[in-house]
Formats: sequence, structure tokens, C-alpha cells
Amino acid sequence: MEAKKIGCYICTGCGIGEALNVAALEKVASKEQKIPVTKSHPFLCGTEGIALIRQDMANEGVNALLIAACSHRNKTDEFEFNIPLLDRVDLRDKVLWVLEDGSKDSTAKEDLQMMAADYLRMGSVKLKKMNAPDPFLESGFSKDVLVVGGGVAGLTAAKEVADTGYRAILVEKSDQLGGMVARMHKTTPTLPPYRTLEDNPVQGLIAAVEGHSRIKIYKGAAIHKTQGAPGLFDVTIHAGGTETTERVGSIVLTTGYNLYDPAKLDKKLGYGSSPDVVTSLEFEEMAKAGKIVRKSDGKPAKRVAFSLCAGQRDSNHLEYCSAACCSYSLKHALYLMEQYADASAYILFQELRTPGQMEEFYRRVQEEGGVIIKGDVEKVEKAAAGGLTVQIHDKLVRGKEQLEVDLLVLATGMVSSVDTTDPNNPSPVGQVAEDAARYVLNLQYRQGRSMPELKWGFPDSHFICFPYETRRTGIYAAGPARRPMGIAETITDATGAALKAIQVVESVARGAAVHPRSGDLSYPSFRAEGCTQCKRCTEECPFGAINEDEKGNPLFNPTRCRRCGTCMGACPQKIISFANYSVDMIGSMLKEVEVPAEDEEKPRILLFACVNDAIPALDMVGQNRSKLSPYIRIIPLRCMGSMNLVWVADAMSSGFDGVLLMGCRHGDDYQCHNVRGSSLAETRLSKVSETLDRLQLESDRVKMVEVNIMDADTLPQLINDFAAQIASLAPNPYKEF
Amino acid sequence: MADDQAAGQTILVVGGGISGLTAAVEAAEVGYKVLLVEKDPHLGGRVAQHYQYFPKLCSPSCGLEINYQRVKNNPLIRVMTLAEVEDIQGTEGNYTVRIRQNPRFVTEKCTGCGDCSRACTVTVPNPFNFGMNEIKAIRASHAMAYPGHYFMDAAYARSAEAQTLVSVCPVGAIDPNMSATTLEEKVGSIVWATGWQPYDAEKIQPYGFGRFANVSTNMRFERLANTYGPTGGTLTRPSDGKEIKNIAFIQCAGSRDHNHLPFCSRVCCLASMKQATYVRSQFPDAKVTIYYIDLRAMDRYEGFQKKVEADPSITWIKSKPARIDEDPVTKDPIVVGENTLTGVRYADPYDMVVLATGMEPNSATTARVPAQAVAYDEYGFVVKGGQVLSTGCTATPLDVAAAVQAGTAVALKAIQSAARRG
Repeated sequence: MEAKKIGCYICTGCGIGEALNVAALEKVASKEQKIPVTKSHPFLCGTEGIALIRQDMANEGVNALLIAACSHRNKTDEFEFNIPLLDRVDLRDKVLWVLEDGSKDSTAKEDLQMMAADYLRMGSVKLKKMNAPDPFLESGFSKDVLVVGGGVAGLTAAKEVADTGYRAILVEKSDQLGGMVARMHKTTPTLPPYRTLEDNPVQGLIAAVEGHSRIKIYKGAAIHKTQGAPGLFDVTIHAGGTETTERVGSIVLTTGYNLYDPAKLDKKLGYGSSPDVVTSLEFEEMAKAGKIVRKSDGKPAKRVAFSLCAGQRDSNHLEYCSAACCSYSLKHALYLMEQYADASAYILFQELRTPGQMEEFYRRVQEEGGVIIKGDVEKVEKAAAGGLTVQIHDKLVRGKEQLEVDLLVLATGMVSSVDTTDPNNPSPVGQVAEDAARYVLNLQYRQGRSMPELKWGFPDSHFICFPYETRRTGIYAAGPARRPMGIAETITDATGAALKAIQVVESVARGAAVHPRSGDLSYPSFRAEGCTQCKRCTEECPFGAINEDEKGNPLFNPTRCRRCGTCMGACPQKIISFANYSVDMIGSMLKEVEVPAEDEEKPRILLFACVNDAIPALDMVGQNRSKLSPYIRIIPLRCMGSMNLVWVADAMSSGFDGVLLMGCRHGDDYQCHNVRGSSLAETRLSKVSETLDRLQLESDRVKMVEVNIMDADTLPQLINDFAAQIASLAPNPYKEF
Repeated sequence: MADDQAAGQTILVVGGGISGLTAAVEAAEVGYKVLLVEKDPHLGGRVAQHYQYFPKLCSPSCGLEINYQRVKNNPLIRVMTLAEVEDIQGTEGNYTVRIRQNPRFVTEKCTGCGDCSRACTVTVPNPFNFGMNEIKAIRASHAMAYPGHYFMDAAYARSAEAQTLVSVCPVGAIDPNMSATTLEEKVGSIVWATGWQPYDAEKIQPYGFGRFANVSTNMRFERLANTYGPTGGTLTRPSDGKEIKNIAFIQCAGSRDHNHLPFCSRVCCLASMKQATYVRSQFPDAKVTIYYIDLRAMDRYEGFQKKVEADPSITWIKSKPARIDEDPVTKDPIVVGENTLTGVRYADPYDMVVLATGMEPNSATTARVPAQAVAYDEYGFVVKGGQVLSTGCTATPLDVAAAVQAGTAVALKAIQSAARRG
């Protein structure tokens, strides 16, 4: 590989040249840090400034760039040179804009200069320690997509994958495609004027999928094992007595839902007491078969009560709402009224939920004569003349009332079909034989065979902004397998999941990470001889990317990796690193800070800040021109999860007086883009007092706080209060060493 | 798509809100070229104006920042702001579009130093805060705006002072003489993601918005709660700056109503529950009343409703209020109506009343699709069957997570569409 030649370019625009002694800074870069090419320019992001850099790249062989100007979040297009080795030193937003003006005050001027020089030193050593990532590429990558579950979601995903030019493999556990929707008669309106029932789309989808040259179908099939990683999944499928292994690149999980067991419903709803109390699916099947009749005697069922939220939104049953039942029940009422001109449909609801244009369909059912009652079923009895007497409580108009009906239809809810596990209680790999039936994918992952659950058994994403983000890279749940949803939303969701499945195989083929560090080519490597088999990395990886061999050595799966660096932060042996991010790099950066002697009374505080939220918030502090303590030195981290405790020890032994860590919110409503990074950092930090005790230092020198991206108004006080608190302690005695 | 010819096609995404932004980055990260056209000076659309998202009560800027990084890091995405699509010709796989680039009056040389804004003496009602405060006539839209280049209001650009700012800018980025330009682009497929605007609350006459100072709307309330909003995030009311400790939310204000928006906007119930938490967390002694028809917290969001319902300081009244009066002395809005469950009539005063207004699709009004064959429903949502693909709240009212799902799905449809030659 070509030798690294660093060029350091200091912008003197935006007031940098006036506030700082740039000549001295150039000397720090060239003399002290031995950067071979060091230059300054009054408007570095302008045409001439960029040309200056390009000339040096062309003529001087500069191939690594240290740009000392504004925040790395500014001027990204201008400072794009298509090289892997580039770092930005922020002299403007995080030095000039947050410190007191030094034009009249010599102490302030000195502080400005010291901070700028330290950041330049840190940037220099960072770039020296940085290597170009060598993307992880293998010859065996597959771009095929496995779709698990052949209902509407799975059929849609397979069709969309194939229509985009990729191969799909569809695995369905039953002997027929179509899933739950195949049992339905018609579907609710999706097209204007949103008043007419639509033909069930499932037969058309089945025909399209079965006739598609790029779709291979396994029916009556179970997945006994899913090994590997994106691009390299080896999936063992059992079907018709034979075992087949398919290599696929990614997986869409569309196993749909199960209906809540009606036998578990409250007795007052009467399920089981008469054949004329049915579930909404039984009613669908009856409508599909053609005749809506009493199950008890086969007579026409013209008077029907529909009870919504049966065992739903109820802490004794399903606590959530299944989203689609209100619309489905309105549809059922319409089936009835379309079949019998003299029908009576009573719809008993708690909150009638017909969002969007579905409101128009609700209106239609009311116009057709559907009786909509806010109320409950209190008692169900067989009527003397056949059918049922249903005692209801109408909460709006009539109070308690008896309805004589032929059928009572209970809208039962959707239950997750995906085996999910609490990540804190993973199912161990290779345990019992019946696992194949218990686990949908049977993942051969050290962190368990199941998809991690979010809530109520659904493996949905926690992220509002990134609903396809998953803790198992390359595996995307869609449709009611991920959370309760109706058919139209399922089709959209499955299409989106198909895109993500294609995107991950294309990213893997380039050796690139997917969200949140999309395009990142780095990945962790480790020095095997240093490993003590402590298993922290394999336990802590938020994405289950690392397996273990029998001895407890980590087995990295780079294509599962999201490049957060949590493994690197977890490793007590400091043997895990990325080409461009390592324990040594950050450790060297903090050691490069010039710590003033004790008698100078200038404490130093190291501030580790998450690059996702805390760093943009600090940029805003600069934009607001809020003032920060001149004693802080900021090091951005990929994620707080990558924080290795040795840095705290290094900081203390290097003479820093305090360390402040700024990560994202954790807990139930976590905002950490890597799920557990900030939470793991806090856990690790709880053990830091041992280190401090060993060094005979006060434990309140180290503190971790949660920082939100919009906290620019409160950050200055938070930082300055910490600085004041540190200043009140005696100086770190290690300064002398 | 496997073949290179198709991959050479550009996908045009119109609208840089959460749906369009998602469609753009998701398609580009598969490997397709994207042209993202946004009419405002910044991306982020409606969500950028929100203080927090339900159910996590987290800042939209957090996810937007990740998306902006994805845009910055991806050379396949080209962003045009202050731009509008004026004309679409051709067919699937082979469109020619005409785009109007409105003048920014500040070039990309801008470093965001803010010298011009500090020198500028003219303020204008801040559109980002719905005019509830004033902002400089040359500025960035808001603290997290991306792109970060400043812009100048067109009216100000014609002033004498604008000319004097040219010399204030240390890098020569200001050009008040800039004019609009048009350009033509060839694209393979088109995604319409122009989003929504809050329904005009003044049209709901009995509620007195516009006449009564302390009757506000849900989108305005998002800005009021925001640190960068007109009050710096302190919840005080416009008439006298009094802290808002007794507040009412009126659901379906102009929604599910044939005189206004006949459909349900899906998010307003949850948005009001969320806004109730803003008030309750700022003032522990505050009381909240929510007037509703049906509480629509679908699927997992039910858990959020349960969480908010657990707060005893929040009262829920099933009722669509008849009207709002105003106490002439205190300027307290008085909500008048009948409780549907109890039949009891009420006339209750509040410090502030927030109207939970719905989403009116921009494609119904200011962002019609300039093409021959476009399918709209009667509300102006763009539906299947026309020349353009629609997504997000341009197709149906959605919450943010569902809009992102839709934006991701449409990215795949756009990839397929770009490959089809009509």
C-alpha cells in the first residue's frame, strides 16, 4: 500500500485567523506532529482553498487530509475528496464560538490557543493511527432473499423482490399459500370513493408468485436452522421429508399472526356456550362460503351483533389494539346487509377506529343501516326461539338493553406468530430437538434463536424514524408479524421490507454497513492471541453479530456488524479494533492533550461525546455562541457503547482532572441508535470507581449524562457545572507524571 | 435491478419531508441515483417542526440528523432546495421534468457564520414558527436546518439594505440580484411526497381561532413547546403570557366532518395525548382536558394511551364541543357543549384551547402534480393509477413510523418503475 502522507490545512476564515495564532498552530502540526505538508488558507472551503488541497494531492502525494476549519457537519460536499483518510478539526464551532473572545484578555487568548492546539494534536494523532478500511468481501455472497411465511405479506415481499430482478425463496409451513387472508371473503376499500368492498387480492398474488420464474416455493416446510450472516445465510429447510440448504443474502419474516384463543375470553361474551357465538374469522369463512346462517340450526342469520375489542385493550387479555378489527367488523356488517335486505347489524364498540379514508367506509355502513353502539356485551344466553339473547350496556343512549340476535360475532385480536426472546434471557443454541417447531428461523446465534422482542411478543423496531431497523441485521419482519396491522398496510410494509432485503445484499456486496452507519467499510478485527475468552463482546453486541466457538473465542460475522464499536468498548484486553477506529487511537488522542502543570490552575476535563446526538447538540451550542469552560477537550465517539474503560484510566493517569461522558437516552424509550450502546457504557462506568480507587482519586471525577440532540440550551450549564465541580477538587495528582 | 441501463435512471423524489427523505436515502442506498426536490430552503418538512414524537417523546431532529448524514455521505443523492417541479412530460422510465429553482440570494459559499443575519435590521414573521415570532429576513430556517446555507426572503432581497449585506459577508456569498432559473432533467420515475398542511383552523368558525388569542392549534403548540419556538419552550399563552396550567384539547377539529375534512387524520388523538405530556411535565400542577369523539390509538400506540390515561390530572370527555366563547376580561376561552356519555352540558374556561386540526394534503392545493394523468381522490390525496407514485401523507394520513414504512416501500416501486420504459 502507498505510504500515508498527511496534509494539514488550516482555514483562517470565519474569524479563526484573527482569534488564533495560526503560525503557531502550523508549527504544532509541522514541527511537533511532523505533518509533512502544513498550510493555511483564508477561505479553505472556497474554490481556491479546495484547489490548493487538490494540487497537493496531485503534486505532493498528499493522501491523508487533516482539515482544521469548522464542524465536520458543515461543508461536507466541499471537503469531499473521495479518500478514506480524512479528519476534521473543528476550530470554529467548538473553539472560537464557545470560548470567550481573546482580543482583550490575555488569559482568554491563551485558553483559545491551547484548546485549538490540543485539537490539532488530537486530529494529527488520530489521522496517524487511522488506516483505510479494507472492505469485507467474500466470493460466496448471495443476493437471493428468503421470505418466511406465504400469506399476503410474504407473497407481496416475494413478488416485489422478484419484480425488482432478484431471486426469492418463499417458505410456507402449510400446504397452501395465502395465509389468513385466503380465508377471508372480501377486503375493505383501498381506492376512492372508499365505500365499496374489494375483491380479495390473495388469489392474484398467489398466481403471480407461483408463475414467477425468479421465485422458488417450499410448501409444508419448516426451517430447522438459519446459520451465517447477511450475504451468507445458510438456511436448512425441511419439506416433504427432504432437507435442503439454501444460501441467501437476507430474510423477510412474514409469518403473520395467530388469532387470540377465543376459549380464553371472558365468560360473559359467551364463546362456547352456543354455536351461534363465533369469532370474526369464523364469520368471514361463512361469508366466503356464501351463506350467513345460524350455526346452531342453519337458519338464515339476519340479526347479528358484532362485539369489537373482544379480549383486546384489556389487561387480562391482549393489552394492545389489533388495528384492523374495527374496519373488518364494519365489513362484516356490510356482508350481512348485502346478503339480506332486512338484516340488522349491531356493532358494539369501545373506540371506533377507522383512520384515514376508512372513515368514508364507516360512513357507508352507517348509511346502510348498521347500528353503531358504544357499549359492551354483558351476558349471552340461548334464546327460546333459537339464536341468542344478548344483554348489552349502551353507554350513550339506551343503557342496559336486550338484543335478540341470530349470531354474536367476537372480534378477537392478533397475537404474534414470531418466537421472540428477551435479549437478556436468550435461548441457548443447540438445546432440544423440538426447537425446529418452536422457532421460526432457529437462528444459530450466540444470543439466541429468536428475533428479539420489542413488546407484547412482537419483534417490531423501537425506532419511529427507522421502523425497519432490526437487531438482527439482514432480517426484516413485515406485516402483522412485526405488529398488528391491516391488509393495505401489510402490503406497503412487505414492499418496504423487500427493499431493505435488497438493500442489505447490495450493501454486503460492496462491503458496506447498513443503517445507521450506512456505507461504512470498516469492521472489527481482533488479535486472537490476546483473547481471554471473557465473552463480553459476544454478550454485549447489540446486534448479535458475534458467535463463539466451544472455547469461548469470538467468531465475528462482519456482515451482521453495524460498526458501532460496542465490542471494542467491551473488550478488557483491548484487542478489538477497526482500521479507522481503535482503543489505541482514542487513547493516543487523549494522551496528546497538553496538560498544564498543577500550579497553572488550568484543569483539564475530557468530554467523550456521542457523534449522533451530543456532537450535533454541541455544534448548536456553538451556533448559539453559548460559552463553555475553556478547560474541556472533546473526543467524539461512534457510540457510547464503544467507550473502553481504559480511556478513563488513561485520562486520569494523563493528568485530566475529570471525565464527562455524553451518551443518548437509555431505558425503555432509548434513543441510542445502536440500541444498547449508552446503556452498556453506563454499566461499564459503574465499575470505574475501582479504577479510581486504585488511583486514589475521587469517584465524582467521572460522570455520565444523557444528552438529547436538542439540548443545546441546557448543555452549557451542564458542562460548566461539571467543570466548576472538578475545579473545586484538588488537582489530579498524576499531572506531575 | 440487475441491469445497468436501469440503474442509470434517476429517481425524482418531490418533497423532502420524512417520507420523501426516506424514499431518497433508501433508494440511493440500494445504488440508484436520486434527485430530491424540496420547495422550502431546508429538508425535514413537517416533522422538523415537531417538538417530540409519540410514543417515545424524543426529538425528531435525532432521526433527521442521521438521515442528513446519509444524504451527505451518499454521492448518488442530489438535493435541490427552494425548487419546485413545474412540468412533467413523457412516460414511465423516460420522463422529462422542468424544475424551477427559486433564488436563495445566498450562494453555496455560505459558511453559516451568521454575520449577515446579525447585520440585518429587518425582521419578518417566522414561518417556521407559524408567524408567532419574528426572525431576521436573512437566516437559516432553524437551528438544525439542512442544508445549512442561509437564505434571504425574496421581498427583502429587493431592499436597499440587502445590497449592503453583500459586503458584510466575508466570503462573498450574498447575491440579492439572483433570479429564478429553470432546468430540465431526465428521470426514470417520480415519487410525489409533498406532504400536508394543517387544516386552516379559521374555517372552523364556532371555535374562534383567529378571533380569540388563546385558541391555538396542535401544530402551533408543537412550536410553543419547542426550545427554538417563540417562547423558548415555556408554555405561556399569547394574550398575557400567563403559564398554561389549565388546557383543553379539542379532537377532530375540522376532521371527520363533511363541512371540512371528511376523513380522519390518524395522528391527532395521539398528538394531543403527547401534547398533554408536554404540559404535565412542565407544570406538575397543570390540568388537561381532552374532548374527543373516538380515541384512535391504533396497534402498539394503545400502550401510549394507557400511559397517558394513568395520569389523574388528565380528564377525558367524549364530546364534540359546540363552540368556544371568550371571557372578555380574562381572555380565557370557554368550551361549550354537551358530554355525550353523561348528557351534562358544560361551559368550561381554560387558559388555552388547542384545536387538534387534521392533515390537508398539499397535493389538493399548492402542490398539484403537473402531469397529464394523475389520480386523486376527492380529498386531493394522490392515489394509485396515475403517472406518479405517491407516498406518505400524500397518499393517506400517516404517523411518522408508517410514513417511513411507506417511504421505504415507494423507493422499491420507484426502482421498478424507473426500469420500465413506457
